[in-house]
Amino acid sequence: MTRPSDITYEHLLRELAPQVLGAVIRRWREFGTAEDAVQESLIAAAVQWPREGVPDNPRAWLIQVASRRMTDYVRSETARRQRETVAAIEHSEIYQPAHQDDTLILLFMCCHPALTSSSAIALTLRAVGGLSTAEIASAFLVPEATMAQRISRAKQSIKASGVPFQLPTVEDRASRLKAVLHVLYLIFNEGYTSSVGPHLQRLELSREAIRLTRSVHTLLPEDAEVEGLLALMLLTDARRPARTGSDGELIPLTKQDRALWDQKQISEGIALLTTALSKGSIGAYQLQAAIAALHDEAARVEDTDWPQIVALYELLKRMSDNPMVMLNHAIAVAMVGGPSAGLALLSALDADGRLNGHHRLDAVRAHLLEMAGELEAAVTHYRRAASRTTSSPERNYLAAQAARVGDRTTCDVPRTT
Amino acid sequence: MKYILMMNTMKAGDGVPNWPKKDLQGLVAFMKNFDKELRESGELVSAEGLAFPDQAKQVRAGKDGTPITDGVFPEGKEFLAGYWIVDVDSPERAYAIAARASACPGPGGAPLNMPIEVRQVMSGPPPEML
Repeated sequence: MTRPSDITYEHLLRELAPQVLGAVIRRWREFGTAEDAVQESLIAAAVQWPREGVPDNPRAWLIQVASRRMTDYVRSETARRQRETVAAIEHSEIYQPAHQDDTLILLFMCCHPALTSSSAIALTLRAVGGLSTAEIASAFLVPEATMAQRISRAKQSIKASGVPFQLPTVEDRASRLKAVLHVLYLIFNEGYTSSVGPHLQRLELSREAIRLTRSVHTLLPEDAEVEGLLALMLLTDARRPARTGSDGELIPLTKQDRALWDQKQISEGIALLTTALSKGSIGAYQLQAAIAALHDEAARVEDTDWPQIVALYELLKRMSDNPMVMLNHAIAVAMVGGPSAGLALLSALDADGRLNGHHRLDAVRAHLLEMAGELEAAVTHYRRAASRTTSSPERNYLAAQAARVGDRTTCDVPRTT
Repeated sequence: MKYILMMNTMKAGDGVPNWPKKDLQGLVAFMKNFDKELRESGELVSAEGLAFPDQAKQVRAGKDGTPITDGVFPEGKEFLAGYWIVDVDSPERAYAIAARASACPGPGGAPLNMPIEVRQVMSGPPPEML
């Protein structure tokens, strides 16, 4: 028996959660109730271990507690039918060493395309991440009952879709892995976008996304896109300490104090990206990670390798028909060829129409107009962007930009047309 | 993404307190069921009904910050009767829920089709800003 700190307990429990769940599902063949039983065993451990110490075989302890719960469930009317199907399985089999694919199988289940993304996110955090419903609810700022219901509905959908507890077939594998990575990316962004103000607990979500992506990378070390996504998360997260000022105000990339960036995370991200790119199967996450790396590697903003960033956005544009990529490409082009070159690309985006009325289009246009010295037009677009965004910190930031450029227009000699 | 769905009271004269009992029961049953559906779908963040506007006061701060209340409201003005905050995957889903609320039964059981104002609740900052 050992007595590690609370943080170590938490870490250990989260690491064991998918392994224990995998073992219980293999024994009882019932994902929904097994998931509930494992949650109960995790809660029991969180109460008991700090008092009595960690058992010599923590995994077996959790499996035993979860199995007792499963026996109770099976005794109940609804689960009676399960008994015959599991009778043939040797009871001792459950304590065999963990199947190393279990975490992956669970991720494929929880990120099944039959689920909405919010359901998939919630279920992944609980079943694979080992977080409690209360923790997930607090991260998403919804009542616990709402989150419990969302998780329960997600489990029903999985049951109804009849997904077996096994890895997807070879044909489905690539598209299903894409869905898993997308859910992990969404979890990361949920945490990353809400690090301001009263939502500090959401920081946990991006850490959790990095942890889960790391475990997928360990299980699929040869997959370049998994590695690319992990690199992207680390390279983006490295800048977190510099993203907000003392009053929680947003600081754009170009104005950040680069001394605050986490160099250890940047080195790890770049190392991962380098091996990913050497595998010769380039994907969108690797390209985004490569762009993040170019920003991270510039000691000063004027050292940024914009021509290389333009080239990467051009590759990304070819890979995905995403207007946000076109928007970021326009900024990079303006940094290389001047604002008029960027503004010309924005005209193409106007014609495309998909970003019509989107605040980001106005914000970028305002930025490029300011670069071009067209200050009054810049103010107009900053203000329009501020009134269109649905993010409070971003609204404050854009309104402050409008005010700043507005002050310049009144100081400057009036411009002639 | 979270949305608030705001329902306004009907104009003075055809307010709910004047409805026959059967119609009132129909409305109550609808709202109860609607609430249950939203809870079960895992989308409901919160919902409240508000007291009728004849109880309402308009408050302003006086010179020294003390409240000055005013209970006089213009005839025929619409008032917030209640709201739902839902957490959904898309704006379209928020509109679909609003349409359900809009079609709540009125006198004689016919759908009221009252306007529901749908607005997004502000969220956290964007992932990256240049």
